[in-house]
Amino acid sequence: MTEDAAFPRETPPGPPAGATGRRDPADRPREAPFSEHAAHWYDDAAGPVVRPYTMTRGRTRGPADERLDLIALVIAEEFLLEHPGGAHAIADRTLSPEHLDIADLARQEPQSVAELAAELDLPVGVVRVLVGDLIDAGYVRVSRPVPPAELPDAGILREVINGLRAL
Amino acid sequence: MVFGRSDRRIRPEAAPVALKVLVAGGFGVGKTTLVGAISEIKPLRTEELLTEASRPVDDTSGVEGKRTTTVAMDFGRITLRDDLVLYLFGTPGQDRFWFLWDELAQGALGAVVLADTRRLADCFAAVDYFERRGIAFTLAVNCFEGAARYPEEAVREALDLDPEVPVVMCDARERESVKEVLVSVVEHALAAGITARRPATV
Repeated sequence: MTEDAAFPRETPPGPPAGATGRRDPADRPREAPFSEHAAHWYDDAAGPVVRPYTMTRGRTRGPADERLDLIALVIAEEFLLEHPGGAHAIADRTLSPEHLDIADLARQEPQSVAELAAELDLPVGVVRVLVGDLIDAGYVRVSRPVPPAELPDAGILREVINGLRAL
Repeated sequence: MVFGRSDRRIRPEAAPVALKVLVAGGFGVGKTTLVGAISEIKPLRTEELLTEASRPVDDTSGVEGKRTTTVAMDFGRITLRDDLVLYLFGTPGQDRFWFLWDELAQGALGAVVLADTRRLADCFAAVDYFERRGIAFTLAVNCFEGAARYPEEAVREALDLDPEVPVVMCDARERESVKEVLVSVVEHALAAGITARRPATV
Protein backbone atom coordinates (compact mmCIF):
# COMPACT_ATOMS: atom_id res chain seq x y z
CA MET A 1 0.00 0.00 0.00
CA THR A 2 2.69 2.46 1.00
CA GLU A 3 4.68 1.96 -2.16
CA ASP A 4 1.70 2.17 -4.39
CA ALA A 5 0.42 5.33 -2.75
CA ALA A 6 3.83 6.94 -2.52
CA PHE A 7 4.74 6.38 -6.13
CA PRO A 8 3.21 9.54 -7.60
CA ARG A 9 4.36 11.65 -4.67
CA GLU A 10 7.96 10.85 -5.43
CA THR A 11 7.72 12.24 -8.89
CA PRO A 12 9.58 15.54 -8.63
CA PRO A 13 7.69 18.65 -9.63
CA GLY A 14 8.66 20.24 -12.93
CA PRO A 15 9.48 18.47 -16.16
CA PRO A 16 9.49 14.73 -15.74
CA ALA A 17 12.73 12.85 -16.25
CA GLY A 18 11.69 11.73 -19.72
CA ALA A 19 11.25 15.29 -20.91
CA THR A 20 14.74 16.49 -19.97
CA GLY A 21 16.31 13.62 -21.86
CA ARG A 22 14.63 14.60 -25.12
CA ARG A 23 17.07 15.07 -27.97
CA ASP A 24 14.79 15.96 -30.79
CA PRO A 25 14.20 19.73 -30.82
CA ALA A 26 10.98 19.10 -32.70
CA ASP A 27 9.59 17.82 -29.43
CA ARG A 28 10.32 21.04 -27.62
CA PRO A 29 7.05 22.84 -28.16
CA ARG A 30 5.29 19.95 -26.48
CA GLU A 31 7.20 20.39 -23.28
CA ALA A 32 5.70 23.65 -22.23
CA PRO A 33 2.15 22.47 -21.73
CA PHE A 34 3.40 19.18 -20.41
CA SER A 35 5.55 20.77 -17.68
CA GLU A 36 2.77 23.09 -16.77
CA HIS A 37 0.53 20.12 -16.41
CA ALA A 38 3.17 18.25 -14.42
CA ALA A 39 3.26 21.04 -11.86
CA HIS A 40 -0.40 20.30 -11.16
CA TRP A 41 -0.20 16.57 -11.57
CA TYR A 42 -1.92 16.00 -8.27
CA ASP A 43 -5.20 17.57 -9.32
CA ASP A 44 -8.38 15.52 -9.45
CA ALA A 45 -7.42 13.95 -12.74
CA ALA A 46 -4.39 12.38 -11.13
CA GLY A 47 -6.69 10.31 -8.97
CA PRO A 48 -6.60 9.79 -5.26
CA VAL A 49 -3.29 9.72 -3.43
CA VAL A 50 -4.35 6.52 -1.74
CA ARG A 51 -5.38 4.06 -4.41
CA PRO A 52 -9.02 3.18 -3.83
CA TYR A 53 -8.67 -0.55 -3.45
CA THR A 54 -5.91 -0.24 -0.88
CA MET A 55 -8.71 0.71 1.51
CA THR A 56 -10.21 -2.67 0.94
CA ARG A 57 -6.84 -4.39 1.22
CA GLY A 58 -7.10 -5.43 -2.38
CA ARG A 59 -10.53 -6.97 -2.14
CA THR A 60 -12.82 -6.12 -5.01
CA ARG A 61 -15.73 -8.25 -3.90
CA GLY A 62 -17.28 -8.90 -0.54
CA PRO A 63 -19.62 -11.58 0.75
CA ALA A 64 -22.48 -9.07 0.93
CA ASP A 65 -22.17 -7.85 -2.68
CA GLU A 66 -25.35 -9.53 -3.78
CA ARG A 67 -27.35 -7.49 -1.29
CA LEU A 68 -25.46 -4.28 -1.91
CA ASP A 69 -27.28 -2.85 -4.84
CA LEU A 70 -26.73 0.87 -5.49
CA ILE A 71 -29.95 1.67 -3.67
CA ALA A 72 -29.51 -0.81 -0.84
CA LEU A 73 -29.99 1.25 2.32
CA VAL A 74 -27.26 1.01 4.90
CA ILE A 75 -28.77 1.34 8.36
CA ALA A 76 -26.90 1.73 11.64
CA GLU A 77 -27.44 -1.04 14.16
CA GLU A 78 -28.97 -0.19 17.53
CA PHE A 79 -25.66 -0.43 19.31
CA LEU A 80 -24.13 2.15 16.99
CA LEU A 81 -27.15 4.47 17.25
CA GLU A 82 -26.93 4.38 21.01
CA HIS A 83 -23.19 4.73 21.25
CA PRO A 84 -22.36 8.32 22.20
CA GLY A 85 -20.06 9.87 19.66
CA GLY A 86 -20.74 7.26 17.04
CA ALA A 87 -18.31 4.95 15.31
CA HIS A 88 -15.37 7.34 15.59
CA ALA A 89 -15.69 7.18 19.36
CA ILE A 90 -15.43 3.42 19.39
CA ALA A 91 -11.80 2.37 19.53
CA ASP A 92 -12.02 -0.43 16.99
CA ARG A 93 -8.61 -0.96 15.46
CA THR A 94 -9.93 -3.39 12.90
CA LEU A 95 -11.71 -0.59 11.07
CA SER A 96 -10.22 2.06 8.82
CA PRO A 97 -11.19 5.75 8.87
CA GLU A 98 -13.30 5.11 5.78
CA HIS A 99 -15.19 2.37 7.60
CA LEU A 100 -15.91 4.79 10.43
CA ASP A 101 -17.01 7.52 8.02
CA ILE A 102 -19.51 5.16 6.45
CA ALA A 103 -20.77 4.00 9.83
CA ASP A 104 -21.28 7.54 11.05
CA LEU A 105 -23.05 8.65 7.88
CA ALA A 106 -25.40 5.71 8.27
CA ARG A 107 -25.82 6.69 11.91
CA GLN A 108 -27.14 10.10 10.90
CA GLU A 109 -29.76 8.51 8.69
CA PRO A 110 -30.02 5.43 6.49
CA GLN A 111 -28.11 6.01 3.27
CA SER A 112 -27.98 4.17 0.00
CA VAL A 113 -24.71 2.68 -1.22
CA ALA A 114 -24.76 5.24 -4.04
CA GLU A 115 -25.11 8.15 -1.61
CA LEU A 116 -22.28 6.89 0.57
CA ALA A 117 -20.04 6.58 -2.48
CA ALA A 118 -20.88 10.10 -3.62
CA GLU A 119 -20.55 11.59 -0.15
CA LEU A 120 -17.18 10.01 0.55
CA ASP A 121 -15.98 10.28 -3.05
CA LEU A 122 -15.17 6.59 -3.17
CA PRO A 123 -15.88 4.13 -5.98
CA VAL A 124 -19.03 2.12 -5.46
CA GLY A 125 -17.03 -1.12 -5.50
CA VAL A 126 -14.93 0.07 -2.57
CA VAL A 127 -17.98 1.15 -0.58
CA ARG A 128 -19.53 -2.28 -1.13
CA VAL A 129 -16.53 -4.05 0.36
CA LEU A 130 -16.30 -1.65 3.30
CA VAL A 131 -20.02 -1.92 4.05
CA GLY A 132 -19.63 -5.70 3.95
CA ASP A 133 -16.96 -5.42 6.65
CA LEU A 134 -19.23 -3.19 8.75
CA ILE A 135 -22.04 -5.72 8.47
CA ASP A 136 -19.68 -8.46 9.63
CA ALA A 137 -18.54 -6.26 12.51
CA GLY A 138 -22.15 -5.67 13.54
CA TYR A 139 -22.15 -1.91 12.97
CA VAL A 140 -24.72 -1.74 10.20
CA ARG A 141 -27.24 -3.79 8.35
CA VAL A 142 -28.71 -3.47 4.92
CA SER A 143 -32.33 -3.04 4.05
CA ARG A 144 -33.12 -4.88 0.90
CA PRO A 145 -36.82 -5.55 1.08
CA VAL A 146 -37.27 -5.71 -2.68
CA PRO A 147 -35.23 -8.53 -4.17
CA PRO A 148 -33.09 -7.01 -6.91
CA ALA A 149 -34.57 -9.08 -9.71
CA GLU A 150 -38.16 -8.42 -8.77
CA LEU A 151 -40.37 -5.41 -8.85
CA PRO A 152 -42.32 -3.98 -5.96
CA ASP A 153 -45.95 -5.00 -5.77
CA ALA A 154 -48.80 -2.94 -7.13
CA GLY A 155 -49.56 -1.47 -3.71
CA ILE A 156 -46.14 0.11 -3.45
CA LEU A 157 -46.33 1.42 -7.01
CA ARG A 158 -49.64 3.11 -6.18
CA GLU A 159 -48.04 4.66 -3.12
CA VAL A 160 -45.23 5.97 -5.30
CA ILE A 161 -47.72 7.53 -7.71
CA ASN A 162 -49.61 9.16 -4.84
CA GLY A 163 -46.37 10.30 -3.26
CA LEU A 164 -45.17 11.89 -6.48
CA ARG A 165 -48.47 13.67 -7.02
CA ALA A 166 -48.34 15.04 -3.49
CA LEU A 167 -44.85 16.52 -3.89
CA MET B 1 -30.00 3.77 28.78
CA VAL B 2 -30.76 6.94 26.94
CA PHE B 3 -32.71 6.90 23.69
CA GLY B 4 -32.08 10.29 22.24
CA ARG B 5 -32.65 9.63 18.58
CA SER B 6 -33.84 12.18 16.13
CA ASP B 7 -36.99 11.65 14.17
CA ARG B 8 -35.14 11.31 10.90
CA ARG B 9 -33.79 7.97 11.89
CA ILE B 10 -35.81 5.09 10.75
CA ARG B 11 -36.55 2.58 13.43
CA PRO B 12 -35.53 -0.97 12.74
CA GLU B 13 -39.10 -2.25 12.63
CA ALA B 14 -39.98 0.09 9.76
CA ALA B 15 -37.82 -1.21 6.93
CA PRO B 16 -37.58 1.59 4.42
CA VAL B 17 -38.27 0.76 0.80
CA ALA B 18 -35.92 2.19 -1.78
CA LEU B 19 -36.92 2.19 -5.43
CA LYS B 20 -35.21 3.41 -8.52
CA VAL B 21 -36.12 4.87 -11.85
CA LEU B 22 -33.54 5.20 -14.58
CA VAL B 23 -33.16 8.27 -16.74
CA ALA B 24 -31.66 7.46 -20.12
CA GLY B 25 -31.13 9.33 -23.34
CA GLY B 26 -28.45 10.75 -25.55
CA PHE B 27 -25.60 12.97 -24.48
CA GLY B 28 -26.69 16.49 -23.59
CA VAL B 29 -30.40 15.75 -23.77
CA GLY B 30 -31.01 16.98 -20.23
CA LYS B 31 -30.79 13.88 -18.03
CA THR B 32 -28.95 15.66 -15.23
CA THR B 33 -31.27 18.65 -15.55
CA LEU B 34 -34.29 16.38 -15.18
CA VAL B 35 -32.86 14.69 -12.12
CA GLY B 36 -31.93 18.07 -10.62
CA ALA B 37 -35.41 19.51 -11.21
CA ILE B 38 -37.05 17.09 -8.80
CA SER B 39 -34.33 15.71 -6.55
CA GLU B 40 -34.34 16.93 -2.97
CA ILE B 41 -30.59 16.71 -2.97
CA LYS B 42 -28.26 18.33 -5.45
CA PRO B 43 -27.67 15.61 -8.03
CA LEU B 44 -24.84 13.55 -6.67
CA ARG B 45 -22.20 12.04 -8.76
CA THR B 46 -20.85 8.67 -7.91
CA GLU B 47 -18.15 6.82 -9.68
CA GLU B 48 -17.81 3.19 -10.31
CA LEU B 49 -14.20 2.19 -10.70
CA LEU B 50 -14.26 -0.92 -12.77
CA THR B 51 -11.45 -3.36 -12.64
CA GLU B 52 -11.13 -6.61 -14.49
CA ALA B 53 -11.06 -8.45 -11.23
CA SER B 54 -14.28 -6.92 -10.04
CA ARG B 55 -16.33 -7.96 -13.04
CA PRO B 56 -17.27 -11.27 -14.53
CA VAL B 57 -15.41 -11.77 -17.79
CA ASP B 58 -18.40 -11.42 -20.10
CA ASP B 59 -19.27 -8.09 -18.55
CA THR B 60 -16.13 -6.41 -19.78
CA SER B 61 -16.69 -7.20 -23.43
CA GLY B 62 -16.02 -4.07 -25.39
CA VAL B 63 -13.59 -2.66 -22.87
CA GLU B 64 -11.04 -5.45 -22.95
CA GLY B 65 -8.29 -3.00 -23.72
CA LYS B 66 -8.74 -1.14 -20.46
CA ARG B 67 -7.77 -2.53 -17.12
CA THR B 68 -9.68 0.02 -15.15
CA THR B 69 -12.12 2.68 -16.11
CA THR B 70 -14.23 5.15 -14.25
CA VAL B 71 -17.88 5.67 -14.98
CA ALA B 72 -19.77 8.56 -13.50
CA MET B 73 -23.43 8.27 -12.67
CA ASP B 74 -25.65 11.13 -11.64
CA PHE B 75 -28.37 10.42 -9.22
CA GLY B 76 -31.00 12.15 -7.17
CA ARG B 77 -33.34 11.27 -4.36
CA ILE B 78 -37.01 11.91 -3.69
CA THR B 79 -38.32 11.00 -0.26
CA LEU B 80 -41.96 10.18 -0.80
CA ARG B 81 -42.60 9.12 2.75
CA ASP B 82 -40.49 8.37 5.78
CA ASP B 83 -40.10 4.82 4.63
CA LEU B 84 -40.40 5.21 0.87
CA VAL B 85 -37.55 6.67 -1.13
CA LEU B 86 -37.29 6.98 -4.89
CA TYR B 87 -33.85 7.27 -6.46
CA LEU B 88 -33.30 8.56 -9.96
CA PHE B 89 -30.25 7.37 -11.82
CA GLY B 90 -28.98 9.03 -14.95
CA THR B 91 -27.46 6.29 -17.07
CA PRO B 92 -23.97 6.74 -18.43
CA GLY B 93 -24.18 8.03 -21.97
CA GLN B 94 -21.42 6.04 -23.56
CA ASP B 95 -22.50 2.88 -25.34
CA ARG B 96 -19.54 0.95 -24.09
CA PHE B 97 -20.94 1.07 -20.58
CA TRP B 98 -23.93 -1.09 -21.41
CA PHE B 99 -22.88 -3.63 -18.84
CA LEU B 100 -23.29 -0.99 -16.19
CA TRP B 101 -26.83 -0.41 -17.37
CA ASP B 102 -27.52 -4.03 -16.51
CA GLU B 103 -26.65 -3.36 -12.92
CA LEU B 104 -28.62 -0.13 -12.85
CA ALA B 105 -31.60 -1.74 -14.54
CA GLN B 106 -31.77 -4.60 -12.08
CA GLY B 107 -34.69 -3.94 -9.81
CA ALA B 108 -35.56 -0.64 -11.50
CA LEU B 109 -39.28 -0.10 -11.47
CA GLY B 110 -39.16 1.77 -14.74
CA ALA B 111 -37.28 4.24 -16.88
CA VAL B 112 -37.52 7.59 -18.59
CA VAL B 113 -36.07 7.84 -22.07
CA LEU B 114 -35.43 11.50 -22.64
CA ALA B 115 -35.44 12.54 -26.27
CA ASP B 116 -34.55 15.64 -28.22
CA THR B 117 -36.50 15.83 -31.48
CA ARG B 118 -33.50 17.37 -33.20
CA ARG B 119 -31.46 14.26 -32.45
CA LEU B 120 -34.03 11.56 -32.10
CA ALA B 121 -31.60 8.86 -33.16
CA ASP B 122 -29.64 9.42 -29.93
CA CYS B 123 -32.30 7.63 -27.93
CA PHE B 124 -32.71 4.58 -30.19
CA ALA B 125 -30.25 2.57 -28.14
CA ALA B 126 -32.03 3.30 -24.87
CA VAL B 127 -35.46 2.46 -26.36
CA ASP B 128 -34.07 -0.82 -27.68
CA TYR B 129 -32.48 -1.65 -24.38
CA PHE B 130 -35.60 -1.20 -22.28
CA GLU B 131 -37.80 -2.95 -24.84
CA ARG B 132 -35.53 -5.97 -24.83
CA ARG B 133 -35.40 -6.11 -21.06
CA GLY B 134 -39.12 -5.66 -20.66
CA ILE B 135 -38.60 -2.58 -18.50
CA ALA B 136 -41.50 -0.14 -18.50
CA PHE B 137 -40.45 3.20 -19.89
CA THR B 138 -41.97 6.51 -20.82
CA LEU B 139 -40.60 8.43 -23.74
CA ALA B 140 -40.29 12.02 -22.59
CA VAL B 141 -39.62 14.58 -25.30
CA ASN B 142 -37.63 17.42 -23.82
CA CYS B 143 -39.06 20.46 -25.55
CA PHE B 144 -35.99 22.56 -26.13
CA GLU B 145 -36.56 26.15 -27.06
CA GLY B 146 -36.04 26.63 -30.75
CA ALA B 147 -36.63 22.98 -31.57
CA ALA B 148 -39.56 22.25 -33.81
CA ARG B 149 -42.48 20.66 -31.98
CA TYR B 150 -43.73 17.45 -33.40
CA PRO B 151 -47.01 15.80 -32.63
CA GLU B 152 -46.82 12.79 -30.37
CA GLU B 153 -47.79 10.50 -33.23
CA ALA B 154 -44.84 11.62 -35.35
CA VAL B 155 -42.41 10.85 -32.51
CA ARG B 156 -44.07 7.53 -31.82
CA GLU B 157 -43.83 6.57 -35.47
CA ALA B 158 -40.24 7.72 -35.85
CA LEU B 159 -39.21 5.54 -32.92
CA ASP B 160 -41.56 2.70 -33.80
CA LEU B 161 -42.83 2.58 -30.23
CA ASP B 162 -45.31 0.02 -29.01
CA PRO B 163 -48.74 1.60 -28.65
CA GLU B 164 -48.77 1.20 -24.86
CA VAL B 165 -45.55 3.18 -24.35
CA PRO B 166 -46.50 6.63 -23.06
CA VAL B 167 -45.08 9.63 -24.90
CA VAL B 168 -44.99 12.81 -22.86
CA MET B 169 -43.87 16.28 -23.86
CA CYS B 170 -41.88 17.79 -21.02
CA ASP B 171 -39.57 20.52 -19.89
CA ALA B 172 -36.75 18.84 -17.98
CA ARG B 173 -36.15 22.08 -16.05
CA GLU B 174 -39.66 22.20 -14.61
CA ARG B 175 -40.40 20.27 -11.47
CA GLU B 176 -44.11 19.86 -12.25
CA SER B 177 -43.33 18.63 -15.71
CA VAL B 178 -40.81 16.10 -14.41
CA LYS B 179 -43.34 14.93 -11.81
CA GLU B 180 -45.77 14.17 -14.63
CA VAL B 181 -43.12 12.21 -16.47
CA LEU B 182 -42.35 10.10 -13.39
CA VAL B 183 -46.01 9.49 -12.61
CA SER B 184 -46.39 8.31 -16.18
CA VAL B 185 -43.51 5.85 -15.77
CA VAL B 186 -44.92 4.33 -12.59
CA GLU B 187 -48.47 4.20 -13.97
CA HIS B 188 -47.15 2.44 -17.03
CA ALA B 189 -45.21 -0.05 -14.90
CA LEU B 190 -48.34 -0.69 -12.89
CA ALA B 191 -50.58 -1.08 -15.94
CA ALA B 192 -48.16 -3.25 -17.81
CA GLY B 193 -48.06 -5.68 -14.93
CA ILE B 194 -44.40 -5.98 -15.62
CA THR B 195 -43.94 -7.52 -12.20
CA ALA B 196 -45.31 -10.81 -13.38
CA ARG B 197 -43.72 -10.86 -16.79
CA ARG B 198 -40.19 -9.88 -16.02
CA PRO B 199 -37.82 -12.85 -15.94
CA ALA B 200 -36.09 -13.38 -12.63
CA THR B 201 -32.68 -12.90 -14.11
CA VAL B 202 -31.80 -10.84 -17.10
